[in-house]
This record gives sequence, structure tokens and C-alpha cells, in this order.
Amino acid sequence: MADVIEPLTEDARHGPKRFLRRYVFSTDHRVIGIQYWLLALASVFIGMALSVLMRLQLGWPGGHFAVARFLFPQAAPSGGISPDLYLSLVTMHGTIMIFFVLTTAPQSGFGNLFLPAQIGARAMAFPVLNMLSFWLTFLSLLVLLAAFFVSAPNVIGPIAGWTMYPPLTALGEITGPGQGTGVVLWLLSISIFCVASLLGSINFITTVLRMRAPGMTPWRLPLTCWAWFTGACIALLSFPVLLAAGILLLADHLVGSHFFIPASEYVNGQLMTADASGSPILWQHLFWFFGHPEVYLAILPGMGLTSHLLSTFARKPVFGYRAMVAATVGIGLLGFLIWGHHMFASGMSPYASAAFSLLTLVIGVPSAVKTFNWLGTIWRGRLRLTTPMLFSLGFVSLFVSGGLTGLFLGQAAIDIPLHDTYFVVAHFHLIMGVAAVFALFAGTYFWFPKMFGRMMSERLGRLHFVLTFAGVYATFMPMYLMGIAGAPRRYAFHYNPATGEGLQYLAGLVPVTRFVSYAAFVTVAAQFLFVFNLLWSYWRGPRAAANPWQATTLEWSDVATAPVVHRGAYEFSVPGAARDFRMQDEPTASPSGQ
Amino acid sequence: MRTTVTTERAVKGATLGASAGRRGPGGGGKPPKPGGGDEPWPPGFTRDDAIEPSKFRVGMWVGMASILMLFVSLTSAYVLRQSQGLGDRRDWLPLQMPRVLWLTTALLLVSSMTIEMARRALRRNRFGWFRWLICLTTLLGLAFLAGQLRAWVVLVGQGVYVYSHPHSSFFYILTSLHAIHLLGGIVALLIVAVAAMRLRITRTKRNAVDVTVMYWHFMDVLWVYLFVLLFFWKQ
Repeated sequence: MADVIEPLTEDARHGPKRFLRRYVFSTDHRVIGIQYWLLALASVFIGMALSVLMRLQLGWPGGHFAVARFLFPQAAPSGGISPDLYLSLVTMHGTIMIFFVLTTAPQSGFGNLFLPAQIGARAMAFPVLNMLSFWLTFLSLLVLLAAFFVSAPNVIGPIAGWTMYPPLTALGEITGPGQGTGVVLWLLSISIFCVASLLGSINFITTVLRMRAPGMTPWRLPLTCWAWFTGACIALLSFPVLLAAGILLLADHLVGSHFFIPASEYVNGQLMTADASGSPILWQHLFWFFGHPEVYLAILPGMGLTSHLLSTFARKPVFGYRAMVAATVGIGLLGFLIWGHHMFASGMSPYASAAFSLLTLVIGVPSAVKTFNWLGTIWRGRLRLTTPMLFSLGFVSLFVSGGLTGLFLGQAAIDIPLHDTYFVVAHFHLIMGVAAVFALFAGTYFWFPKMFGRMMSERLGRLHFVLTFAGVYATFMPMYLMGIAGAPRRYAFHYNPATGEGLQYLAGLVPVTRFVSYAAFVTVAAQFLFVFNLLWSYWRGPRAAANPWQATTLEWSDVATAPVVHRGAYEFSVPGAARDFRMQDEPTASPSGQ
Repeated sequence: MRTTVTTERAVKGATLGASAGRRGPGGGGKPPKPGGGDEPWPPGFTRDDAIEPSKFRVGMWVGMASILMLFVSLTSAYVLRQSQGLGDRRDWLPLQMPRVLWLTTALLLVSSMTIEMARRALRRNRFGWFRWLICLTTLLGLAFLAGQLRAWVVLVGQGVYVYSHPHSSFFYILTSLHAIHLLGGIVALLIVAVAAMRLRITRTKRNAVDVTVMYWHFMDVLWVYLFVLLFFWKQ
């Protein structure tokens, strides 16, 4: 009994409560963390289903797909995916994945679950606020999903992409199906999401600043906590900007102001505005001032977790702990200065683009520091190739293969021809999408025993890793080549070999496109292994020991009294010690120490 | 030591956490704090069981940073839109300032003074004064909102609506966003006022007063800033 982790369901932490208060409207940070995690899990499957439809259409343009008819009987009555429907799929896929998966799961999900435990606090600083931010996030997801049903009949949401560039998003249904109600719902949903994120980050920052256990000095914090803290600071300063932009665009859309609507705007042959001098570029500045830090908000917790797991499973201290902290904070700061590189193709002064290029390349420095430190951490370590370790190694690999192309795209001269091609799709999917999702997998396999008291199946986990790792590379690496070949992104299809429609110069890429689709289907199928593993392990997995991975941080501690921290987070293979690891709260004078 | 079940610690912590800080006026018992990093706390106490007044202050500072960021980004939009609207295609028509805004500004400044006096009265445990001043501040806040509404009515009377031109759009949006945030402050004041009426100024309530005062001053400064930006700042 003593060595078994109590699963969440049997915890008497806050005394007996009714079901609703305990599992639904709970203020327990761990319940809230699992709620966020489940919300992200549900969202990732919705987003993935949309990407399957896109890959079907891209591989076999003009085809009639039973799955499309099954999922969206109204928008795709014959199973064919129209260009409008395709664009709404792109929009909803991007929005769901970025906000409700990549922002929600690593930061709010794992952060809520394990940040208080890792710093030795019993709860978050403001538990009720915490509950409020989860339910606002949930409401925001519901509002977004409502767009599936109440947009125009032939689409499932706005057709503007997840960036919602005005003026076409400010003018209503005349600019395309889904641009009326769909855009309004999108803006409302994202505004609610902003508020939820802000409340969440207030909680995170305060918790890290004020709730650490005695002895938990900043330099003893696990790198995960540094990442969550930096991520919360990023969210705190970037989400208000998106909120401001959203409010202004909503005003343009609903009450007819002219913040983003330029003069003499013709849409489908109709003059929309005679005398206005709004600026669509203003939206882009505000949006990307949020959007670029958002990228780092998605990836930083993954970086922190990767550092944490590489050290734990290489049985070595993190190589260059302080440099890692400096790189984390540095990425957070620099992330605010480089938003302009998303707008090279929109046109800007050459001086501005030179400055943004330079700063973009500078952020490669802390990123490289991290990569080299990860390699230094596993260098000559006694690697334990468990599933979480495999996914962490996969994270490093994806971070390199996705990140190096960032150096191409950071330069305006190379970015402008590549910007609207699949090169960019491959870049951001590898580095921001898949790498962050790999960290989510690693975190789930690693912390599952702490979340549900049981171990996940290693055998299934490894199979899941191999299929996913091969699958995502097979999906996204060819996209780099397609991008260099000039395949434009956001198009519903490139070349239709059956009818000869489309871009003739891309006729040769049809087999590559189909290969990418097949690879994507294999990757998606492999995720059902993960779900099966979750469900099977939840009910049938072997009971977990108190510290199954022999980790050092406080969430694995089973010391009965309040934690007191005596050392840093990564004391593995300490010379002369009895065990190859020392817990952070293990007293120095204990028989195992020294 | 390492043989105890995890839940046992939790139960202990929960009971202590629930009772701490609710011990009537003057505040509850504060658990002894350790001096150095490695010195253990008494068993059963964790950091969050201690009532941390600084927790609320830190949270409020962080929250104010995010609100500030919202208005900073709106300011940048304002400046950029104004420079565009004063360009070739002139659509920036400056509003005629409703004179009631002088009054509302004065009301809010006075309310900042009264709430500060209330804070000091509470610190000296002069509850009677505190009650009066908190209620007065609440009333001044409501009067401010009424005045802002009056300014809108005046503008509507002139035929100036949200969509009329960019300056009016910014005026309505900035004033409503400020009003929404101020309304949050009024709700907090009402909670404090009700507690003051019932003479239940517990330790936690003192923290609530503390951060409400901070927030109220912030709202005051924010309004003065918006007032200057909207009507006195010329490009």
C-alpha cells in the first residue's frame, strides 16, 4: 500500500464531496489539469478528423468520400469536398489545433497537474479562478464548435484561415460562405479563450512566485516549472493583444466601424466602402504580435519536459542547467520581437524586414543552446529507452528538422517565394505541431502513473512511437520538397489527374501528394493505439509504484510531511551516493545520501 | 517516514487549510515561518496553508499587467488608425468632448482619495470610518459610470454613433472596456462593503480590501490616461 500511488479517484484530499463538486466543478488543480487534458484530447481528434478530409481531397481531388458525407451531411451531401468546404476545414483544423490542443494541453493541462506538485505547493494560488479559467476554455470550445452547425450550409466555419485576415473577415457573408456568423463565432470563441488564458496565467505566475516550498529556490526549480512560468508570462502579455484585435474586428464586423477596412474595397464586384481608411495591416501586426509568442507558448512546455525527461532517463544531470534557464527566458523575450517575419509577404519597409530577419536568426541561438544541451545531457548517459524517453528523443529530432528550416524562412528574401507554399506548412507542423504533440505524448506516458495510478503499456507505447515517428516524417518531409517545387498552400487541390484541371507544373507531384496522404492516414490510425493504450491501462494496467521512473522531483515524493527542498532537480548518478538518484526533498543526512 | 500513505498528508493539510484565516476580526493564527531554506516546517503545514497576503498582491500586479497590455495594444491601434485617418483619405473627425467627462474624471479622482482613506482607516482599525468611506467610494464609482453613460447619451444626441468615424468608434470601445473593468472593481467594493456592514473584517477580507484599493487606483490612472489620449493627444 505504501508504495502504491493513490489514483485521483480515491484521494480524500479535500474531504468527501458530491460528485459534481469533486469531478466537474472542482477547484482541485489536478482535476482541472485532467479536465484540460481531456479537452485537448477530444479536440485533437476533431482536428485530426478534419485533416483526414483535407488529405483525402488533396490526394484524390474531386472524389466522393463516404467519410465526408458521414461527418458533414449538410456541407458535403455527395461526399465531395468543395473549395469553400476545404477552406473552412483548414480554418477549423488550425484554430482547434493551435488554441485547444497546443495551447491548452502542455501549459494548462500538464501545468495544472504538476506545477504545484513540483514546487511543493498543495494547490494553485487561486483555485476558484482556476476553475473559472477551465470552464471559460470549455465554453470557448463550444462556441467554436457551434460554427460547425450554424455557418452557411455548404461550409463548416469561416473560410479565412486561422489568422482571420481582414478586410474579408470584416465584411460579412458577401465575402464568402461562413464569413458572417462563422467569423462572429470564431471571434467570440477566441475572445473568451483569451480571457481564460489570462486568468490561467495570473494563477501560474503567482503560484510560482509565492507558493514554492521552503528551500525551492529559483535555481532548484525543475526545468518544466521554468518553462511553465515563462509560458505563463508569454500568455499574459500576448493574449491581451489578440483580445484587443478581436474586439476591434468584432466591432468592424457587427457595428460597422472601419478599423481594418481600407478605402475603395471591392468584393465580388461590389464597392463595399467608399470613404474609409482603415488598415488591414494593423490586424496583421496585432495578430502576429500575439501569434509569434503563441508559437513559443506551445513549444516551451515541451522543451522543459524534454529536458526533464532526457535527464531522468539518461540518469544524468541536465547539461548546463543555468544555460537552459537562460535559453528558456531568452526565447520568451525574443519571441516578442520577431512577429514581423510572418508579414514579409504582406510587404514592409526593407529596414523593418532586415531588423525582423536579424532578430529571427538571433532566436536561433537560444534554440541551439537548448539542442546542444539536450545532446550533452544524453551524451554517454545510461539511457533507459522507455516510451516517454523515445518521445523525448523524437521531440529533439523534430525540433531540429523543423527548426533548421526556420533559418531559411527567417530571411525575407527566401521567405517571400516560399511563404505561401507547402514549405511553410512542413516547417510549422514539424516544429510547432508535431514536436509539441510529441512532448504531450511523452508527458502522458511519463505522468500517467501519477494521474491514474497505473502504468501504461510499454509494448503498445513503443509501437505507437515507431509508427508515429515514421508517419510524421513521411507526412511532412515531402512537403518541404513540394514547397520548393512551388506547390501553393491553402489550395483545395493542385492538379487533378482525372480531369487535367489545376496547375500543370505540379502534375508530376501527384504521386508525392498521394504518398503524403497515405502517410497521414497511417499516422492517424496509429493514434488509436494510443487511445486504446490509455483506456486499457486505465482499467487493466499494472499498479504503479510510488516512483516508477526513479525521478527526483517532488511530485513523486511520498514523504508524509510538507516538502522541504534540499537540492536541485537533477541529481542523478551522484558519486558516492547509495542510489543513482536523490529526491529533491530527501534530507541530506539520510542514510542513502552522502 | 517514507512508509506513510500519501493521502494522510493530504487530509491533515486540508483540515488545517480550511480553518486557517477565518478566525474573526484581527486575523487568524499565522503558522510559524521557518528562518532558512533547509529548516523544516512544523509537520502539517505547507506554504499555502499559511495565509499569504502577498499572494493576492502579486496576483493583482500580474493581472494589472495584462489589463495594461490590452490598453497598450489598443493605444497602438489608435495611434496608427489616427495617422491613417488624417492622411489623404481623411475620415478621422475629432469628437467634441462631452463636458460631463470633466465631472466624471473629478468623481473618479475623488473616489481614489476616499478609498485610500478607507484603507488607512482599516489599518488603524477605525471600522466606522472604514464603512462610510467604502460606501462613499462605491457610490462615487456608480456616479462615474452614470456620468459616462450621460456622455454617450450626449454624443448620440449629436448623431455620433459607434460606426460614425474612427474616433467615435475608439471612444465608445475604450470607454466601454474601461467601464467593464471598473464594474469589476465595483463588484469587489460591494463585497467589501457588505462585509464592512456586517463588521466581518477577517484577515482574508483585509487582503481583499488591499487588492481592491490597488485595482481602484489602477482604474483611476487608466481613465485619466484614456481621457488624455482621446481628447488631448494630437498627432
